[in-house]
Amino acid sequence: MTQSVIVQVGQCGNQIGCCFWDLALREHAAVNQAVLIDMEEGVVNEILQGPLRDVFDSKQLITDISGSGNNWAVGHKVFGSRYQEEILEKLRKSAEHCDCLQCFFVIHSMGGGTGSGLGTYLLKVLEDEFPEVYRFVTSVYPSGEDDVITSPYNSILAMKELNEHADCVLPIDNQSLFDIISKIDLVVNSGKLGTTIKPKSLVTSSAGTFKKWQEKPFDAMNNIVANLLLSLTSSARFEGSLNMDLNEISMNLVPFPQLHYLVSSLTPLYTLADVNVPPRRLDQMFSDAFSKDHQLIRADPKHSLYLACALMVRGNVQISDLRRNIERFDCVFFKIIYVYCLRQCSRVLRRPLCKF
Amino acid sequence: MASIQASVKNKVRETTGRMVEINVDERLILPFGNLKVIVQNYNSVLTLSHLYRSSDALLVHENDAVHKICAKLMNIKQISFSDINQVLAHQLGSVFQPTYSAEGSFHYRRNPLGDLMENLVPHPEFKMLGVRNIPQMSENSLAYSTFTWAGLLKHLRQMLISNAKMEEGIDWQIRPPLPGLPSLSKMSLNKELHFNTSIANLLILRGKDVHSADLEGFKDPALYTSWLEPVNAFNVWRTQRAFSKYEKSAALVSNSQFLVKPLDMIVGKAWNMFASKAYVHQYTKFGIEEEDFLDSFALLEQVVASYCTL
Repeated sequence: MTQSVIVQVGQCGNQIGCCFWDLALREHAAVNQAVLIDMEEGVVNEILQGPLRDVFDSKQLITDISGSGNNWAVGHKVFGSRYQEEILEKLRKSAEHCDCLQCFFVIHSMGGGTGSGLGTYLLKVLEDEFPEVYRFVTSVYPSGEDDVITSPYNSILAMKELNEHADCVLPIDNQSLFDIISKIDLVVNSGKLGTTIKPKSLVTSSAGTFKKWQEKPFDAMNNIVANLLLSLTSSARFEGSLNMDLNEISMNLVPFPQLHYLVSSLTPLYTLADVNVPPRRLDQMFSDAFSKDHQLIRADPKHSLYLACALMVRGNVQISDLRRNIERFDCVFFKIIYVYCLRQCSRVLRRPLCKF
Repeated sequence: MASIQASVKNKVRETTGRMVEINVDERLILPFGNLKVIVQNYNSVLTLSHLYRSSDALLVHENDAVHKICAKLMNIKQISFSDINQVLAHQLGSVFQPTYSAEGSFHYRRNPLGDLMENLVPHPEFKMLGVRNIPQMSENSLAYSTFTWAGLLKHLRQMLISNAKMEEGIDWQIRPPLPGLPSLSKMSLNKELHFNTSIANLLILRGKDVHSADLEGFKDPALYTSWLEPVNAFNVWRTQRAFSKYEKSAALVSNSQFLVKPLDMIVGKAWNMFASKAYVHQYTKFGIEEEDFLDSFALLEQVVASYCTL
């Protein structure tokens, strides 16, 4: 089984990372390694005082005090050079703990200072130090009502780095996450489905995880991203009849080196109590995966052009189900230049299906 | 996904005082038509061209065909990979289980691979072999069926000439061309009629009364190319021992035009992708250059062209 190292940078990165670890530990004993980096202490300190304190130890943390002040230059140039050695050392240590290191997952936001600046500085370091290891970046892009005035500058400067040094980027924006939450709330509160929704199955839910503190405003949104990451890494953690490695995602979805930005979507957003999903419900899930409402970034690929597409399926889905649905899409939807890559894990888990 | 189950059998055999070495006999599984890995066509083209150069023969199976067999003949509702693999294993077993040697029923054939090669690959340009089995059905249906060799062989023959992959949905309209036509017009007529010309065929019969089976249908020269006589092109292996759960069963291993269309499609799709250089950087990163791609395309185009001229 291959392993990944999660590198969470900045406030946003660390909060999402925490949600991810919560969910991952719920599913499986932690095998992956993590490095937590933040230039202000607030978030990381909270982690160390919370229920995850036993998961991380100080060897994996890098913190400073005052933060980057929402300034990409501070994060990238100042803290980059100051902490380069320390970062390298922690990364090397993490890599050594892995039997077979396959990729680095960097989680950060684009609009701030640390996540954006230092996060992208890291990419260059990773590329130089570990050229064979894939660099997957989950980037939270600023939405329309972003509260950081310098976020456009920070994002553009970071984009350049992502273009050149990342193997694969999963852009995410807050507005889409918020829309997903609203959609779920609507359904849950309308009472249409009554008691048949399993509360723990909500893609926004942290119920059943170690976190016991009060749910914060971004928790639900962070959980969505955490679920996405979980699904991505699941193939490395579980068996399947048509399993895949993360490098296969990069291989199949990146036709040209700089076109490595993936639109992701998740389905279902909640599951019903009945485990045996009838084919029609399953087919609906496939359709949902292609729906704008389930995407983690605002985009309209259906009226644009698909270059490549990958469906990652978890749970009790057979080859015939996959074929049936692929045949549907081939003729109904859109012109696809290059077609699907389909993967499946056969472990029965009531977990989201995600599409890139 | 094009994957190679390479069983590397190194056999050395003495024939007429010379050492003949059979290097590799590979089994190849062609990818599903629409259930894909995006770069599967690239991988298929590269794999096939390399295997063609280094192997003595290629036994090719198509995932699509096997999937249909599971759905239509075996009546499986939710087909899993293990179902597909069962069918594939059955096909292989039906070929490679022991059969009587040429001398009679007292000995078993000692060199099936060598004999297979000798029977089916008379010319190194034509190496692609396919397997068809009859009957193939689920346990439930088996209880209500009886078989005669005449019936089985009639179906199998029609499966061969109409290029059907299984015994359901066979096109009975397709007939061998009339004898006496000049070869060029015969070729174009065959193409029009979708008639599958064979270079060589090997029939493997297993079960009761195996010596009473009438094989004349397979000895018809119209089935074969003009440069090989049926006496050389057609061979039969037999054994009284039944295979799997079938009282009588037959397998046909043929070197024919059956793969021309699928191969042409794969090469076509790969070429379209290559024209825009998509994904090529993923390959050059690891040492496969554009030259290698072009060589592979050229080789496979040549193979398709050769088979088309039969």
